[in-house]
Amino acid sequence: MSDAVSALQGRVATGDVTIADAGLQGMITLRCDLSAKSLKAACKTMGLAIPERGQISRSGDKALCWMSPDELLMLVPYADVAGSLASVEQGMKGQHYLAENVSDARALIHIDGPFARDVIAKLAPVDLHPDSFKPGMVRRTHLGQIAAAFWMRDDGAFELICFRSVAAYAFDLLAASAKAGPVSDVRAS
Amino acid sequence: MLILHCPYCGVDADETDLHAGGEAHLKRFGPDSGDEEFENYLFMRENPKGVHFERWRHAYGCGKWFLAARCTATLEVFGTYSAQTTEPPQDIKDAISAKRPGWAWGDLS
Ligand SMILES: [Zn+2]
Repeated sequence: MSDAVSALQGRVATGDVTIADAGLQGMITLRCDLSAKSLKAACKTMGLAIPERGQISRSGDKALCWMSPDELLMLVPYADVAGSLASVEQGMKGQHYLAENVSDARALIHIDGPFARDVIAKLAPVDLHPDSFKPGMVRRTHLGQIAAAFWMRDDGAFELICFRSVAAYAFDLLAASAKAGPVSDVRAS
Repeated sequence: MLILHCPYCGVDADETDLHAGGEAHLKRFGPDSGDEEFENYLFMRENPKGVHFERWRHAYGCGKWFLAARCTATLEVFGTYSAQTTEPPQDIKDAISAKRPGWAWGDLS
C-alpha cells in the first residue's frame, strides 16, 4: 500500500493567526434521506447524532457536518475510515444511499488565533459577526475563487475543508489574509 | 449585490454563491402538443421591468435549485421558495401584493 500524505504535507504559516495543515483526515460523504431511522441508528453506533440543518455534531474525534438536505460529511480519524464505512453500509443495507470515502480528495486546514473570524470574513461572502456565525455552525461557500466549507470550534478556531487540488491556493490565501491582520487594521491602513 | 435566502440551508447566500437559472415556472407540454407550445417553452420569456420569478441554484452551498420572487427594477426580494412547486405559494404572492398592488406576471397576479 502506498503511504498516504496530505495535500499540504504539514505546511504551517505561523502568526497572530496561525494557518496549519491539519494532516490526514478521514472524510466520508453520505447521501440519503437524512430522516431515515436506519441512518440515525447507524450514526448512533458510532456515538454520533444527526446534526441539525447547518450544524456540526461532534463526539470525541468524530463529527457529522450538515452539507445539504440530503448530504452529510462524516469526519473520523484517517485510520478508521474503512471501519466507519462498513458500519454505515451495514446499517443502511437495502436502502437508497451513497457512502464514499473522500478523505484523499480533500484537505483540512486549521485557522487558529484571536482574529480568525476576520481572516475568513475577508475571503468568503459570509456574515461572520459573532452574533451571526457561532461555534457549531457549518457553512458551505467559496473562499476567493474556490469552493470551501468551514465550521467553528468551541475554542474559536476554524476548520476549513477544500478540494485537494486547490489546497495550496486555499492555504496561501488564508496565510495572506492572516498576515494582513484584522479587518480594523486593514481599514485603517 | 443580490442576496437571496436559500430555503434549504436557511442561510442568506451572496450572489457569488449562486448560479442564475433563468425564468421560473416554465411549463413544458407533453406528447401531442403543438410547435407553438414548444416554441413558447423554449424561447418566449416574460422579461419584465418589475415583479419577476426566477430559478436560482445555491451552487457553492447545498447545490439545490430554489425559486425567487424579486423586482428587476429595484432588486428588492419578495421571497424565496421551494422549486418543487408549479406556482408561487400564497405567502409569496401576498408579500408581492403588499409592495406592488395590482402586479401581474404571465398568468399570475
Ligand atoms: Zn442552500
